[in-house]
Amino acid sequence: MPSILSAQNIVKRYATHTALDDVSLEIPAQSIFGLLGPNGAGKTSLIRIINQITGPDSGTVLFEGQKLSPQHIENIGYLPEERGLYKKMEVGEQALYLAQLKGMPKAEAKKKLKVWFDKFDMNAWWNKKVEELSKGMQQKVQFIVTVLHEPKLLILDEPFSGFDPINANLIKNEILSLKEKGSTILFSTHNMGSVEELCDHIALINRSKKILDGPVKEIRKNHKSNTYEIEFSGNMMGFTNSLWTFGKLGEHKLEGEYCKAQVVLTPGTTANQLLESILPVAQIHSFREIIPSMNDIFISKVNAENPLGTKSNFTE
Amino acid sequence: MNKILLIIKREYLSRVRKKSFILMTILGPILMAGILVVPIWLSLQKSEKQKIEVIDESYQFSYISSKDGLRKGLIPENESVHFDYPEIKIEDARAGFYDTDYDAILYVPRNLLNGGQLGISLFYKKQLSNSVQEHIRTSMSKMIYEVMLSQNKVNMNVIKDAKDKSTFELKTIQLDETGKDKETNTAVNVGIGFACAIAIYFLIFFYGAQVMRGVMEEKTSRIVEVILSSVKPFQLMMGKIIGVAMVGLTQFILWVILTTSIYSIAAATVLKGMDIKRVQQKEEVIRISQDLDASHMGKIERNPVVDLWSKFENVDMPEILVCFLLYFLAGYLLYSALFAAIGSAVDNEAETNQFMLPVTIPLVFSFMIAQFVTQDPQGSLAFWFSMIPLTSPVVMMVRLPFGVPMWELALSISLLIGGFVATTWLAGRIYRTGILMYGKKVSWKELGKWLFYKG
Repeated sequence: MPSILSAQNIVKRYATHTALDDVSLEIPAQSIFGLLGPNGAGKTSLIRIINQITGPDSGTVLFEGQKLSPQHIENIGYLPEERGLYKKMEVGEQALYLAQLKGMPKAEAKKKLKVWFDKFDMNAWWNKKVEELSKGMQQKVQFIVTVLHEPKLLILDEPFSGFDPINANLIKNEILSLKEKGSTILFSTHNMGSVEELCDHIALINRSKKILDGPVKEIRKNHKSNTYEIEFSGNMMGFTNSLWTFGKLGEHKLEGEYCKAQVVLTPGTTANQLLESILPVAQIHSFREIIPSMNDIFISKVNAENPLGTKSNFTE
Repeated sequence: MNKILLIIKREYLSRVRKKSFILMTILGPILMAGILVVPIWLSLQKSEKQKIEVIDESYQFSYISSKDGLRKGLIPENESVHFDYPEIKIEDARAGFYDTDYDAILYVPRNLLNGGQLGISLFYKKQLSNSVQEHIRTSMSKMIYEVMLSQNKVNMNVIKDAKDKSTFELKTIQLDETGKDKETNTAVNVGIGFACAIAIYFLIFFYGAQVMRGVMEEKTSRIVEVILSSVKPFQLMMGKIIGVAMVGLTQFILWVILTTSIYSIAAATVLKGMDIKRVQQKEEVIRISQDLDASHMGKIERNPVVDLWSKFENVDMPEILVCFLLYFLAGYLLYSALFAAIGSAVDNEAETNQFMLPVTIPLVFSFMIAQFVTQDPQGSLAFWFSMIPLTSPVVMMVRLPFGVPMWELALSISLLIGGFVATTWLAGRIYRTGILMYGKKVSWKELGKWLFYKG
């Protein structure tokens, strides 16, 4: 798959610290790419460089194979984490203004805005001042403004924050349909649930460095620890004995005859061997491999990188 | 380029549509007219007549009438003051003061002509107006003066004649290259110069602060990040500065139009009886006859309003207006860039103070310099401060009505333009870093570092 955006060896330094240290990314076209990392890791610096708000100290960014330049501005849409609109300006006028700044002709912008306003049922807001709208309504306006010019690359920083579950779902569906229409989405979030649900690829940045990247499925597969969860009825003692050298009993829970246990396979053992050995002693209700969540991977990766005592202030 | 026009348009329209702009535009000329008209109107108002009892122990300001034996006074009265000369002692007058309806007691001691004038006192219930006090002082002083002269057998007419013939106003006439005379008046020049300087000073502050607040609004509302993903920081900053400048120009032009129309309406109604043209013609006739017949000199009363008017007309108004606009625009551009830089560097209004001071000092300072410039408009102090870009908008406006050589004007303007290119460049470098910097208290050292950051 060709890359829509390729960042190569990006370095960005500020007076007292290095925000990005030799970070490289390949964002495949028509995918959803998750940019992850604890607060202060350097995500915003990278996003600002891609948006040409600031420039890197060294390294290059290629957009569709060309060196990133002002002409690409209209192919990029950006929804910053800290949302903001002119509070005293009317919604419609403001949306038109921001669309024109992105290079859209006024008439076209107006036509497309009408379509979006119809879709989200917000025509009545056109002449209202932004400060009269609720926070959620302002977020919707801002989302529309971001995607209105149908950018090839859409950069969304925490797009779901500030939305109720219904509207968050609405936005999620819009993001998916934009991807269907050919857009690529760079998605920065702390919500690992939505990463698993939406992202095809991720990159994890910690302390200015990229520490992990790749397709989500592959990453999760690579991080499995050969752990299986077994639910069964039967004797716990018998179950434990039957494990032999095939595996080690991890967390387990007993509810009368009903048991739920995690077993970590010893290297070289297959799941089938384990099953064979426990079949005689237990009545199996379920047997499944535990694939680590992105959340677990995130926490373990970041904590492994950071020295003790300086754990990231990451919270989901 | 197209985008900067969009920004200018937004900045302009969002301000011009504001109620406060419309209000200012209408109220400005009314206030201006008020400042001009109210003092005149007030001075024309008759105040209540003050009743004063005079206890004259010296008999220099009163005498006993031989007809009815009553005391008669000599101090001239006018529409705002009336004197009574009762035959009582000062102690009694003081004791009974609050039982009478007199507003004041004027006491003249017995030994008036031997240094007693220092003992002349006015006792009052409520302070009398300055004009009444002045009237009492001058008329009494004049009377003592005349008494002293006549006591020493000096002819009053000789003194009067000598005084009349030695009193004159120095006529100042600029003789220009073409050999034409141009009568000038220092007071008028100072007045015009100062008025322009004050206007420039306030306009620069007012619109500079608007730029600063606009920048802060964008920063604190965080919209700046969205906009900067579409345009360059410098475009955004310049768009705002130019947009606000156009608001200022619009307001200024509207003020000029409104003020002139209000003035002409007021002139047509208030000064109806006074046909300026005719008075002027009469004046001209008098002046010619004056020149022909030098012996009549000094005795012809010239109408002061018309006099002042003719001196106004001798000031090169179009030149001043054009220079005013130039200096306002260039001065505004210079300062507003600095204001924009301040707005970008801070997170809230309170933090602006530490940076505002160094920016406002040159402006305030130039105003202080202006006082000295009026004393010596062609001196080296005046020259240098009308060249330095930070002070020239104010100082040059003060110098201008006195006449400034063309080359000085050209140099000063070019330096000012160079100055604003320099400050805009500096401000742009601070701006693009500051506008994206949050939650950090910025120091001067920090600002210095920003100048050298790479984009």
